[in-house]
Amino acid sequence: MIVVLRHPRREIRIEGSRRVHALLAELELTREAHLVIRNGTLVPGDGLLEADDTIEIRPVVSGG
Amino acid sequence: MKCRTCRGPAVIDLPRHNANFCAEHFFELCRRQVTKAIDEHAMFGTDDRILVAVSGGKDSLAVWDMLVELGYRADGYYIALGIGDYSEESREITERFAAERGLALRIESLRDDHGFDVPTAAKVTGRVPCSACGLSKRHLFDRAAREGGYDVVVTGHNLDDEAAVLFGNALRWDVEYLARQTPVLEAGDGFPRKAKPLVRLSERETAAWCILRGIDYVIEECPMAAGNRHLQYKELLNALEEKSPGSKAAFYSGFLDRMSPLLADDRRRDVLHRCVHCDSPTGGESEVCAFCRLVERTRGQEAVPVEMLVKKKSRSRTSRRGD
Repeated sequence: MIVVLRHPRREIRIEGSRRVHALLAELELTREAHLVIRNGTLVPGDGLLEADDTIEIRPVVSGG
Repeated sequence: MKCRTCRGPAVIDLPRHNANFCAEHFFELCRRQVTKAIDEHAMFGTDDRILVAVSGGKDSLAVWDMLVELGYRADGYYIALGIGDYSEESREITERFAAERGLALRIESLRDDHGFDVPTAAKVTGRVPCSACGLSKRHLFDRAAREGGYDVVVTGHNLDDEAAVLFGNALRWDVEYLARQTPVLEAGDGFPRKAKPLVRLSERETAAWCILRGIDYVIEECPMAAGNRHLQYKELLNALEEKSPGSKAAFYSGFLDRMSPLLADDRRRDVLHRCVHCDSPTGGESEVCAFCRLVERTRGQEAVPVEMLVKKKSRSRTSRRGD
């Protein structure tokens, strides 16, 4: 799957499918600080991300 | 995962509520939390005129969207801070949000209306950019509310913001700041009332609100804020939240319920007088308020490109790490 990351914007490729919480753990990203988006909507923690998906992992922490 | 309310497919899991929600019932939860914050702290009513301080970020757009949806009379107020492409994008997004919904938006520019911008102010004063930014915002929000006859200024501060500020104040046991950390600051001495209706929502929830509502917002972080102490506190609190869901809410709500009332006697305002330039209330010995002094100090200074300060911050962090 193609994973779009932010700060700065970049893409990485992950082989195979994953549950959302497993992907976040693999990338060492905290669940509380991120949301996973597929086709314009959110995917919850146990949602299955397929190998041919394009997803965005969006950080939600702002520093103002 | 199924929605706790309707058993339909969930789109978000909220560990601190030990529940999952579909979009519709997540919206319901958010509205309920915001209404509870407004009522519990007597923030404002449906007859009040509200000025929402909007930045183009998720929190300020979410709170404006929610207040309008809940039937409040809320106009927007945006300050162009002059932080390069970041400010350009945030202004475009804010203007589009207001135009698409037919909402009133007032725009003020530090550079065009006051002759400086945040990077230039940071360079001239030798202080961190967040200092000039915060000072300018506070001054201009107050002034805009006063001049526009608004009853209350609303900001998009969320649970994470408040928990991080509380954490920082408690680390230093800064009693004066702890005493002032309330979801509502009453009007007085020429200052408008200020309210934070999002204090019961985490920033993961306000971001989810925007995404599910189709609200476009500035995703990239302010280049001037990267690595600041506030972000470090949030990182620590989120690590704790991951292991113990609900910690941030318990920390903040416990403070409001049990500690804040004990600090009521410390919640006094400084003795104020009026600035001789702009007539705003101000403390200290100077006849001129801090904002007008900043305008004076930056007058005639050449604009500093934002990249110059970002590179300087980056070099300073690298040298501190000893890399």
